[in-house]
Amino acid sequence: MSGYLESQLIILCLNVIYAYGIFLPAASGQLNLGAAGFITIGAYASAYFNTSGAPMYLAIPASMLFCAAIAFVIAFPILRTRGVYMVLATFAFAEVVAGLIINLEFLGAAAGYPVDSHADFLVVVPVTILVVLLCFFLMSTRLGLAMRSIHDDEAVATLFGVDVRLAKVAAFTIGAALMSLGGALYGHHYNYIETQTFNVLVSIYILLYVLLGGTQTAWGPLIGAAFFTIVPETLRQVAASSGQEWIADTRFIFFGAIIVLMMVFRPEGLITRTMIDRIAMPFAGGRGGPGGRSGAAPSAKAA
Amino acid sequence: MDLSQLPQQIVNGLMLGGVYVMVAVAFTLIIGMLNFLNFTVPALFMLAAVLMWAILEGHGIALDLTAIAVLLVLGMMAADRLQHAKLTAPLKTGAALGLAGAACIVVWLVISLKPGDPVFAWLDDAAGKSGRWVVGIAVALFTVAMLSLLIERFTYRYMKAKYGDATEHALPLVSSLGFLIVIEHTVISTWGSDALTTASPFGNASFTLGPVLFSVPQLISLILSLAIVFGLSIMLRTTKLGRALRSIAERPDTAPLMGVEVGRIVPVVYVIAGLLCAIAGILFTINYTTVDAYVGDTVATVAIAGMVLGGLGNVWGAIIGAMLIGMVEIMSIYAVGATFKKIPIWGLLLMILIVRPTGLFGHTAIGKGKF
Repeated sequence: MSGYLESQLIILCLNVIYAYGIFLPAASGQLNLGAAGFITIGAYASAYFNTSGAPMYLAIPASMLFCAAIAFVIAFPILRTRGVYMVLATFAFAEVVAGLIINLEFLGAAAGYPVDSHADFLVVVPVTILVVLLCFFLMSTRLGLAMRSIHDDEAVATLFGVDVRLAKVAAFTIGAALMSLGGALYGHHYNYIETQTFNVLVSIYILLYVLLGGTQTAWGPLIGAAFFTIVPETLRQVAASSGQEWIADTRFIFFGAIIVLMMVFRPEGLITRTMIDRIAMPFAGGRGGPGGRSGAAPSAKAA
Repeated sequence: MDLSQLPQQIVNGLMLGGVYVMVAVAFTLIIGMLNFLNFTVPALFMLAAVLMWAILEGHGIALDLTAIAVLLVLGMMAADRLQHAKLTAPLKTGAALGLAGAACIVVWLVISLKPGDPVFAWLDDAAGKSGRWVVGIAVALFTVAMLSLLIERFTYRYMKAKYGDATEHALPLVSSLGFLIVIEHTVISTWGSDALTTASPFGNASFTLGPVLFSVPQLISLILSLAIVFGLSIMLRTTKLGRALRSIAERPDTAPLMGVEVGRIVPVVYVIAGLLCAIAGILFTINYTTVDAYVGDTVATVAIAGMVLGGLGNVWGAIIGAMLIGMVEIMSIYAVGATFKKIPIWGLLLMILIVRPTGLFGHTAIGKGKF
């Protein structure tokens, strides 16, 4: 595989892992705009453990545990907030993390932090596949069902005996662990990290991958991240090879316009439950496939 | 730490707070009424700042962006009319396609204008270099007002028409993020992402009062921004429009039953919020003379912190919160260092959200007794 394809594959894999980290809370109705914070924690924790002597395959799980512990602790106060407050709280959390790390001398402060062990794509790709499988499995379990029910209607979920808080905290914590895994892999692949890499735009883009891909099924973040990683890069290649520089300059304008139009025409994201059922059972007939399993027509409720 | 600098730093903090105040009030107006975090605020702030810069520096291409904004709004208005017109379906489709085609041609014509074309010569003749700032202000305000109308359609009106409820927080939030990306990258693809500097049209006019140096434009900006926000808050309290606005904020479903024309009031709110960001952006360019495509993100995120501090949907809270945050920022830079400023600002915000989500002066819940 050529070096270029390999580097693009790595970026795709990392974006997919981040997207699943945001997807799990989003699938249970929580908008998390703090992706950058968890990614930063994961990257720095793993790098620090690695520098302190732990081999990479221990440092990464340790950083995931560390990040999950932090997420578990902050989940209780943050999940008390809802709607726009939750968006703001997670966003503030990410900024606090960035602000703290840039002032910690033993983590290199503003100069960045070099990472020792290298993870090439033979590590990153299988880990990504595992993450994807794990998320599909999670969404098929009872926890996944609980998360979906909370997403659709929290009050009704409570009435049916779903432990709403437990499901939300679990989704938030597992999501944070996944994002820290992505961050750790980022650090070990590029062997250098700095807080400026993980800024608010990263959080915004990852949230957009998930919401545009669709939060109803586990396919959403995979397709969303893949689409919005591959298409802009392909356009850049097209622009470079054809000499039409304006394509590269304006591709993000179209990206933004697509987002705006998506919200009008397909607010539940690219991939919906109805769509999956239709693909899986094309001859079942009727809207939404058999048994009404897929739920009703798309509602205004997103995320 | 040199304490003799303290009065000067307090004044600087107030001046910076003045910029944040308007942006925070823009956020709080939309959040208070429609319950969504409007991420087009940073984009509009940045666009106004950059347009002001462009006109000051004689980049006539800024007018292209204005023209495109106007065309888009006119196109959307025509499309709305068409939708309600009594025509057969094929005629409607044909008219819509024709409209889209005409818009494409005009946009292409506008884009293909180059510096040196008569329109730019006219601009220079009309304003001259010294008077350009007047043109800049007019262009920035007008463009942002037009864009606000466009944004209102995609973050509120169509959602409302299609789903009966536009206050579901994710849809407008994501649309506004889309607009943020569009506007930022339009600016980047036109002028690049580097810092853009200009000279202040008012030079370094300043005077000293004791140990403190006051910059005249900054002082005027502060007074202007406070005056505008105070005027807005009086408007909310006393006028018919203000009462309609408060009634929508109180209970969006009941307001139309009481004879409030929600469909007419909401665009007005968007335009007011947009103009507030635009004025803040213009003042930012005049005072700090350096802008870039990401300046909106930096300023608006801090303004969000100020808004939350004062309580969401509370205009007076946003004023005090934004001033306070401006002070905290300047003081932490002064006392510890520039890299440290994030911790107090965002730590404060996180604490407020967790301990007292209504903010320092907020009310018990969104939608109750605001403004």
